[in-house]
This record gives sequence, C-alpha cells and structure tokens, in this order.
Amino acid sequence: MTPGIVSLRSLQKTYPGKPPVTAVAGIDLDVPVGAIYGLLGPNGAGKTTTISICTTRALPTSGSALIAGVDVVKSPSEARRHMGVVPQYNTLERACTVEENIQFHCMYFGFTAAAAKSRTAQLLEQFHLTERAKTYPNQLSGGLAQRVQIARAIAHSPQVLFLDEPSAGLDPQSRIAMWDSVKDLHNHGITVVLTTHYMEEADELCDRIAIIDNGKILVEDTPQALKASLGASTIYELSLRETTPAITAQFQQMPGVTAVEPTPKGLRILASGHREALLPQLVNTASNNGLLDLSITEPTLETVFIRLTGRELRE
Amino acid sequence: MATTTITLPQTSKASGYSRAFLGMFLRDLHVLRRELFPFVLRIIMNPLLFLFVFTYVMPHMSGGAMMNPTATMAEHAGFSFSTVLLPGLMAVGIMFSGIAAVALPLAVDFGSTREIDDRVMCPLPTSLVAMEKVLFSAIQSCLAAAIVFPLAYFIPATRPVVHIASYPFLFLVVVMASLLAGALGLAIGTSVKPQQIGLIFSIIVIPITFLGCVYYPWTALHSIKWLQIAVLFNPIVYMTEGLRAALTPSLGHMPIPAILGMLLVSFALLSWVGMRGFLKRVIN
Repeated sequence: MTPGIVSLRSLQKTYPGKPPVTAVAGIDLDVPVGAIYGLLGPNGAGKTTTISICTTRALPTSGSALIAGVDVVKSPSEARRHMGVVPQYNTLERACTVEENIQFHCMYFGFTAAAAKSRTAQLLEQFHLTERAKTYPNQLSGGLAQRVQIARAIAHSPQVLFLDEPSAGLDPQSRIAMWDSVKDLHNHGITVVLTTHYMEEADELCDRIAIIDNGKILVEDTPQALKASLGASTIYELSLRETTPAITAQFQQMPGVTAVEPTPKGLRILASGHREALLPQLVNTASNNGLLDLSITEPTLETVFIRLTGRELRE
Repeated sequence: MATTTITLPQTSKASGYSRAFLGMFLRDLHVLRRELFPFVLRIIMNPLLFLFVFTYVMPHMSGGAMMNPTATMAEHAGFSFSTVLLPGLMAVGIMFSGIAAVALPLAVDFGSTREIDDRVMCPLPTSLVAMEKVLFSAIQSCLAAAIVFPLAYFIPATRPVVHIASYPFLFLVVVMASLLAGALGLAIGTSVKPQQIGLIFSIIVIPITFLGCVYYPWTALHSIKWLQIAVLFNPIVYMTEGLRAALTPSLGHMPIPAILGMLLVSFALLSWVGMRGFLKRVIN
C-alpha cells in the first residue's frame, strides 16, 4: 500500500474500564492526496475515535498514525501544523468575534498580526462571511457557525482537513452549503477526511469511502465501486406473510436475479437487467405467499452496509 | 473565489512554540481588555465590603470592637485590625483571581463550550497551553493585588502600619503568590467535575480563605497548636504570611525561607496536579 497523506497502520484503541471498550480494532487506511475521504458507519462504530487519534486528541493503544508523514503520537505539535480540525460541536470562542476567532487562530500558527489580518479578510470573503466579521458566535445560526469553524480550521493552510460529523444538527439547506464549501476546498487541493452516518452525504461528497463497523473497516473503495459490488441494478424488498425455501428457490431461478436474502419482513431480491421482464414474475410468485408490500430501489451505500452487516446504518 | 497560496512561516521549533504561546497570550489580553470593568468589579467587591464593615462601620459603633474578636485581639496586641487585614485581603484577591481566571473558565470549557479546543490544537505542547493559562492568571492576580492595596490602606478608619523594607522581596512574594494562585486554579478547574464547579466555593474557596491566616496572623495561632500545624497544608497561608513579611513585618510572621520554600513547593505540586488533570481532560 502506498502511504497516503493520512496513513494508519494496525491502529487500535481500547478504553480501559469494566469491561474495557475497544473503539478501534485494527485499522489500516491510506487517504490519497487531494481526496475527499469518508468514514461511513453507524454511531459508535469507531469513526470519531479514529479521527481523534489522527488529530492528536486521543492516544492509540497500539499501531501508528501519520499525517503528511508526521507521527501524531511522537510529534503531535508538528503534526497539528499539517491539519485543520472541525469537531462535532461548536468550539468558537464566544468572547471573540468571527474575525477575531480566525485572526487569533492564525497567530497561534505563527502569523504576524498583519499577515493574520489579511489572511482573515481573504477567508471571510472566500466563505461569504465578510458581513459577519464583527458578529459574536452566539449570534450565528448552526450552519454559519460551522462555516466559520471550517474557515478557521483551514486558516493556517493545512494539507488535511478533518470534519467530524459535519452534517450533525444542520438543516438541509445548510448541509448543502457545507457540501459546497467542502467541494471548494477540494478544488483548492486540500485533502478532506470526514466522518458521517449519512450515506447520502458520503455518496454525494466522497471520492473514496471506508465503511466502518465495530472498530474495523469492512470495505474500502469509491462509492460507485461499492454500489457496483452488489452486482445488481435494482433491489426489490418484498414483505411477505410467509417465506418458504421453495419460494426462495423459485426466485433464485428467475432470469436476472443475482441474490435472494431473507429480511425480517420477507425477502430482498437483488437483480440486474430490465425491470419490466422481472417485476410481473416476482409479483405473481410472491402473491402465492401473501405479498403485503413491495418496494423497488436502486443500490445505495445503505444497501451495501446492510449486505455487509445485516443491520441498517441508522439503527 | 480567489486562490491564494499561503505558506506558513518557516520557523524553528522553539520560535514556533513562542509564537503560539504569544498568540494565546494576546488573545487572553484582548478578552481581558474587553471585560475590564467586570474584572475590576470582581476584584474590589469582596475587600471593599469587608473593609467597610470591619474597619470602618464597626469601629464607629459603640462597642463595635466587642463584636469583632479578632479586632479586639489585635488592639490588645497594640496594632490595628486593618494591619492584619491588608496582606490578608491582598492574598484573597490574588487567590480568587486564580480561581476566576483559570478554574471557572476551564469548568465552562470542559463542561460545555469546549472553546479551548482551538488552542489545544495549535502547534504547541499541550502542557504549555495549560501553563499559558497559569501565567496569564498570574498577571491578573498581580493586578488584583495592586488594586486591593489602596483599598485596604485608605478605607479603614485606622490606617494599617505598613513598612516595606525591600521592594524586590515584595515583588517576589506577589509574583510567586500569583503563580501559585494560577496553579491552584488549574488544579481545581481540572479536578472538579464541571457540573460541580458551583460547589468549589463552599468546599474549597471558603475553607482555604477562613483557614488561610487571612484574618489573623499565623503566629497568633500558637494557642491552638493543632490548628497552627493543620493550616500548614493550606497554600493560602504562605501567600498571606509572605505578604505579611513584605508589607507588615511588625505583626510577626513565619520565617521567610519557610514562606518562599513553601510557595515554591506548593506551586510545583499544584502545577503538576493541574497539568496532569489538564492532559487527562483534553487527550483521551
């Protein structure tokens, strides 16, 4: 594996306690330069812990994490120069204005007062915040506060920006605005690593995705490849009164059907090819077993996750 | 959108650290300047009321001194109560600034706002982020001492007897006491659960003040030997005794080497506890 700009090797993190909790159970990961990389998984999968280790806020139990070639455990201060971080919660300084928040951040990274001022003005313009320069953070909406946080996080021009659950608590409009900001940063060559449990977000934004569950990476690829891995273009969810092995076998023999899986309510049928040919056959056969409901979807990352874990992403 | 490439200043490690440290210091200074009025108000209220009631109102009452046993004792010994109070109230001002500048903001930070995160994420060892808070708090404590002094000198009906034999010694004591107050604030702010920070006044601040030789000199405790020894575990005692030695030596005080030594030991101990607590809170 070519080491990426974010490179994790056998990363493990166990929180002591009774019983000890293993949040990260051996993760190997390489994020290519310039990518928007998503860590997708349900709550408690280990995404935030992984990001915390990468951003020097948690110490791994074993394994290593390198950001731009700098070991985050051995040289945390140096590693921080290469990364910007936007945590899940609003950490803007309440006693300082939007402008001052960014200016002081620049000064922590060695800018002179004049350089900090001009960099701040540039960022305020880039993020359409110039009018809010003198506003205090508690007067900002959630979406605006997050935009300020992103502007502040990249003020020192880091190579990697970490966004932890950037959509949490945002209304749909702010979420789309945030996506635009992230795509913009991507166009400027910044590598973005984000965690999310919204598959739409991962699908829309990310070049590559690692699906994480129980502290492990289940699969890692582009969203397109992950969806294609299902080998199906259409998914039929059948809700049946009863499921018998005979009917399962019947479905499996139908042309275009690639897989038949049991679900709590009935069966999930993955198929490729034309819908018009298969749908009447499915309905006819299923009617004999008490067809209650039928839904037809395209493959999504959610489907990929369900196939891998047998659970839904938002359970 | 304008595309501008920004290159970070290429600096040595030490210079990078000092710039980050200075940046944080300037941020604190900026916020303090903005909140100067509440800052001054916070410092003057306690000594102002204390001095007004005990050294102005009571002496004007007939038999007022009877209501104030310490004052009676002081007068019997031939010095005014205001002389006892001057270093004591300065020490309380110093100590309280440490609590207000470090412990309370940290509790709010850890409990809800997490504002300190941006400073923790700057290119500086985390322990130095904590040290900056202590140092800035020490400056506030020095200011507090300078504000309390004229109050404690001019308000009392009877002027305190002040004799400063050595200004460098006074300066040293004020600085050491101020650093100690910052370290105390750090230790408290990182070891008390954020939800329980309200309790620190009743379980920490009030006991260490009342048992900190603020309202009586340590030497006067000789008649209650066990207490005279027990209060030695209270770092406030060394602040008040240090100020007593520097400002009102006629009252009697602990030996100076013991005072300076214990100021240093308490500072080192509380800094260690505070730093450990800080690291625990910000790094999992």
